[in-house]
Amino acid sequence: MLNPLRNPDRRLSPAAVFLVGVLLLLLAASPGMAEYADVILNQHAEQEGVRPVIYPHWFHRIRFRCKVCHHELGFKMKAGGNEISMAAILDGKFCGMCHNEEIAWGLEHCHRCHSGLPGLKTGIRGDNKAGGPGEY
Amino acid sequence: MKPLFLALLWLIGGLLFLHRGVAVAAEDVFVNDGLHDPQGPSFHELQRPTEALAGFPPDTVGNKVRWVNALRDGLINPRTNIVPETKIQVLDMDIIFGNTGDNAFVRFPHRAHTEWLDCANCHPDPFKEKFNTSGIKMSAILEGKFCGKCHGAVAFPLTECARCHSIKPDSFRGQLGAQSVKKP
Repeated sequence: MLNPLRNPDRRLSPAAVFLVGVLLLLLAASPGMAEYADVILNQHAEQEGVRPVIYPHWFHRIRFRCKVCHHELGFKMKAGGNEISMAAILDGKFCGMCHNEEIAWGLEHCHRCHSGLPGLKTGIRGDNKAGGPGEY
Repeated sequence: MKPLFLALLWLIGGLLFLHRGVAVAAEDVFVNDGLHDPQGPSFHELQRPTEALAGFPPDTVGNKVRWVNALRDGLINPRTNIVPETKIQVLDMDIIFGNTGDNAFVRFPHRAHTEWLDCANCHPDPFKEKFNTSGIKMSAILEGKFCGKCHGAVAFPLTECARCHSIKPDSFRGQLGAQSVKKP
């Protein structure tokens, strides 16, 4: 039987090019993914009228070892595990320990953290391969 | 097939192909990631992981970065502490876990972990210091306990069995548990 994807003269057939085009378009149109280990915090944010917080682990671990936040700053190793309020941060706790214009940029840049889409749920996101542990 | 039909197929396929090329070139990973709000006033100020992680040792999973290698190779130099009094304690000592069913024994390298973490992050909760007393089970790890607190959430995921289950029981001649401490 004649293969419809191949011309008898062994060149790529138009049908093959068309199919590849359609496939690539489908790939391009598929939604992207959060980066591995991005954390969303939305226990209070949206109720208080600001966007949910996106905390990018990848960004921070280039600059800090895990222990700085998870030991010195007291962040539990569970997304949403701490009771974090903006008042506490302004008081120099949690994020406010670094985001104080000395170690990192200050708290006037609200929207750099409060940058999430409406309706996001608190949790850890973006596993590239596995579904992630059931607890999260 | 008629020449006109063939020409049309070529044209449409080619256009779709070109469209994909343009889409890739202009792709912003924060657009349509289901996370970032493009309407946010600081949306364009945020660094993209595609840019930040580009030069690091590649991996196939997670952030697609071999973070331990990036640190050892000096590509990154993340701060170890904010409080001056915090002690840095890197421990170069492996633990070998047996009782792994049909799978290979597990080698746990303290060094790779203590380069990032504090002892108190793992001890005494969830891991008691004394070998074989914490009741570690793969089923619990898969539920996000023990190793699964980080592996599968922020460190390389639990699909990478052989990175931990790396010691063939048949060829292992030593003692299970804590191995000797290597001095730097």
